[in-house]
Amino acid sequence: MIALLKEPWPWYIAGPLIGLTVPILLLIGNKSFGISSSLRHICASCIPADIPFFKYDWKKEVWNLFFVLGIFLGGAIAVRLFPNEAPVTVNPKLMQELAGYGINDYSNLVPMDLMNWSSLFTVKGVILMVVGGFFVGFGTRYAGGCTSGHAIMGLSNLQWPSLIATISFMIGGFAMANLILPFILSL
Amino acid sequence: MQRAANVRDNLQAREGGTIEKGSKAWYPYSKYLIVGIMFGIVFVKAEVISWFRIQEMFRLQSFHMYGIIGSAIMTAMISVFLIKKFQIKTLDGEPIKISPKKFNKGQIYGGLIFGLGWAMTGACPGPLFAQIGTGATVIVVTLCSAIAGTWVYGRLREKLPH
Repeated sequence: MIALLKEPWPWYIAGPLIGLTVPILLLIGNKSFGISSSLRHICASCIPADIPFFKYDWKKEVWNLFFVLGIFLGGAIAVRLFPNEAPVTVNPKLMQELAGYGINDYSNLVPMDLMNWSSLFTVKGVILMVVGGFFVGFGTRYAGGCTSGHAIMGLSNLQWPSLIATISFMIGGFAMANLILPFILSL
Repeated sequence: MQRAANVRDNLQAREGGTIEKGSKAWYPYSKYLIVGIMFGIVFVKAEVISWFRIQEMFRLQSFHMYGIIGSAIMTAMISVFLIKKFQIKTLDGEPIKISPKKFNKGQIYGGLIFGLGWAMTGACPGPLFAQIGTGATVIVVTLCSAIAGTWVYGRLREKLPH
């Protein structure tokens, strides 16, 4: 048991646990699983600026903000109480490719060579964190959901628009990782 | 300020004493906080929030992320099927309602844009919160940028093709 807590969990444990979030949220409060909406509620509560898209009763959706606060706390608890002791082990081919861009530090879940406060002053860092983050927020709202709302909640409810959204997420990701990211990483 | 206002609301709610006013307080939401905590722990333990794992996924170099997303969808799908088939109610006895998703072109355009961002940041919105929790404080910048992206979408919504 203790060993299991210190090792990374395999997909067949993590996947079903993530999937169970859907019925749990439905049963405890009739809530549909979705995370990117939290970003909209933050806009609506803090910076609505008279924009119709942010004029709604966000207080009714406050559960979603508690949920993401929980995700934040869960991350904090996991690294302190039962961290994965070994660095992330990835495919050697990926390690070789990334080493070519000077990325060798696997000690953290985020790549420390790319994402740290001083890299915010580099072109590469700004593109990956600021532009990348903007795409995540803009794209998920434009698509009406993210991996949780569309790929997991939508697909499990057999919604074909969610299938189209999920395929689009994957196409965008493949294009970035294989065609565009090599240029960004070599900046 | 915000926190002070919340505390005041809570106090008023408690002093009000009626059940209806009490529901405005924070504690009915603590169950979502707990589900979120469990979820965040799984994210870290299964390395779902690792930038490296996302890079592997988009290069077809590992089954890990496909196994996680695939088995999560299967588990959720079976659960939703059972909930509908047996008309299972919520713990409060309400009938369970799931709103259908309507198609618009945003799912394609927005989906592609999110996909680009996903491979850059190595995170979808959920993992951003967990990454900050693990101590990667600089991801606050990524999260603020994602909030800005959501805001700009809201601002431009009428002019974008849907």
